[in-house]
Amino acid sequence: METLKFDLDAKPLREVNQFLHGDASTLDGKSIVIENPNGAHNIAVGLKSDVHVTIKGHAGYYAAGMNQLAKVTIEGSAGSGVAENMMSGVVHVKGFASNAAAATANGGLLIIDGDAGLRTAIALKGADVVVGGSVGSFSAFMAQAGNFVILGDAGEGLGDSIYEAKIFVRGKVKSLGADCEEKTTSPEDRKILADLLAKSGHKDVNPDSFKQYGSARTLYHFHVDNAGAY
Amino acid sequence: MSDDKSKETVHKTPQTTPRYSATFDEYTNSEIRRAAATGIYDIRGAGSKRKLPHFDDLLFLGASVSRYPLEGYREKCGTDVILGTRHAKKPIHLKTPVTIAGMSFGSLSGPAKESLGRGATAAGTSTTTGDGGMTPEERGHSTTLVYQYLPSRYGMNPDDLRKADAIELVVGQGAKPGGGGMLLGQKITKRVAKMRCLPEGIDQRSSCRHPDWTGPDDLEIKIAEIREITDWEKPIYVKIGATRPYFDVALAVKAGADVVVLDGMQGGTAATQEVFIEHVGLPILSAIRPAVKALQDLGVYRNGKNSVQLIVSGGIRNGADVAKAIALGADAVAIGTAALIALGDNDPHLEEEYKKLGTTAGAYDDWHEGKDPAGITTQDPELMKRLDPIKAGHRLANYIAVMTMEAQVVARACGKSHLHNLEPEDLVALTIEASAMAQVPLAGTSWIPGVTKF
Repeated sequence: METLKFDLDAKPLREVNQFLHGDASTLDGKSIVIENPNGAHNIAVGLKSDVHVTIKGHAGYYAAGMNQLAKVTIEGSAGSGVAENMMSGVVHVKGFASNAAAATANGGLLIIDGDAGLRTAIALKGADVVVGGSVGSFSAFMAQAGNFVILGDAGEGLGDSIYEAKIFVRGKVKSLGADCEEKTTSPEDRKILADLLAKSGHKDVNPDSFKQYGSARTLYHFHVDNAGAY
Repeated sequence: MSDDKSKETVHKTPQTTPRYSATFDEYTNSEIRRAAATGIYDIRGAGSKRKLPHFDDLLFLGASVSRYPLEGYREKCGTDVILGTRHAKKPIHLKTPVTIAGMSFGSLSGPAKESLGRGATAAGTSTTTGDGGMTPEERGHSTTLVYQYLPSRYGMNPDDLRKADAIELVVGQGAKPGGGGMLLGQKITKRVAKMRCLPEGIDQRSSCRHPDWTGPDDLEIKIAEIREITDWEKPIYVKIGATRPYFDVALAVKAGADVVVLDGMQGGTAATQEVFIEHVGLPILSAIRPAVKALQDLGVYRNGKNSVQLIVSGGIRNGADVAKAIALGADAVAIGTAALIALGDNDPHLEEEYKKLGTTAGAYDDWHEGKDPAGITTQDPELMKRLDPIKAGHRLANYIAVMTMEAQVVARACGKSHLHNLEPEDLVALTIEASAMAQVPLAGTSWIPGVTKF
């Protein structure tokens, strides 16, 4: 496989991103390494071809934002909004992720090996998110669709005002948000969980060690009896 | 006979006429009864309905001996506007400063969105998407389409971002600054639900905060991200509801906005709480001068390529309003409610149907219920058939042309060869309130409360 290297100390990010937005026929199947990222914001955003980008270090905000098709590996940690609004492809953070990881992501898979911050998978719209460590408070707030797997613990207000997304937690949940409740895991959901664990490097983890959470669907319609919950 | 008459006089005590309270007026009492019966706040569409200081409280001085007018039918008065000169590779060039404000597919029917696209395109101006994403119909019928980037991110995707001509990052809107969107179950049809990735028929509550940025420093990175994704081609607008216009505009400019959209409390909404519409935010008249001051202080006001343009909205109805907004410092205006009326919303010919809904033509604002007899604020397939997008689009194009010509009439009378040459010195105010808010003198005086001494 052909590998191209960009050094962000030598080349402006604008030129690197412009190159990564090139025609799919020239990028598909290529491997690209970005050296000296030094926490720069907006690295590899808006990718739209089947390219594999490796970021050799820490990334700032919105790394791999709105990703389509590409596989982006961040060897360090990621700032806020990693893989925000991702449509497809795979984003893999080998370190930790800050707040709002996978915010509003529609598709694809975000893997975070370490912990993730506040509001992880906020307003998730269909993507899969697997966090190897723990997640901060208000994660999966208003999550609409998709699957969110947490191997560690979850902070306060997990799944507040959640719609149809599914949350699987192996550790402790500090508290559930409004309208989020524990669910029984169906055989179909167990398979979803097992597949995601296998895809994200956790094939030895037992799917039966997770509890599942989802919407109680009591806040789907405005009603006076829910006034206290809003 | 004379006895009967004297008896009557004795028994008749003079009565006062029935007297309604100014505090507990008819509407107030009806709202108390409604609240008591339902236990939930009133939700409605449109903007503030109360009487507010507005453009009607300003007058143009016109030319005379000290100023020289332009001939109405022979001398040129330019109306075009360029938006997004600062950073975008492809700024937008419109023939008229009257643009169409963001209104979602979902709150509006497909034919209504198509009508807006057709009308705006014929008039040489832009339309704007709303909460819920871009439809192919809308993209297809709008030559210039502004794609809104909202807290909910419903329907947001990078392909549509690349298809847009400009991107409007929405922080707030005048009808509900600090509030999120709302779309009730009646309008969450299968198509709308799919576009927003929501269960069909639920009462949608959109978030009021963006999910992945929280303050001006984050906003700067967010704007940079959108620029990177779209390769710096498209102008990026930031839309704010009028609350603290000086600081909000300054922060938007510092964060990198190419264009600031400032929406006053008269600006409409598809649905929100009545209390929000009427009691939060500023009338647009009071917000324009502080916004312009922020642009001036940052050196980006009418400063060639390095300019940030200002679009104002909220209660713009005619060419006089357009000219007054521009004279106070705006580069362009946006219309929402007025555009819907031009399409046929609240039309008197539907009075019988409005009566059936317990309202009357001109007052109908239950847009969230999706029963609009004009086929505009609905997702009912039968009702939306009533709106002919070609005819409605033509009405909108006519209306925008009239507004533009009216603004030219006023500008020529003031001796201006372009609408943008109008200035605050062309205006006076009729009331002390309007004088203070618009920072133009009270008519017949040199007094501007808060600026000069009486």
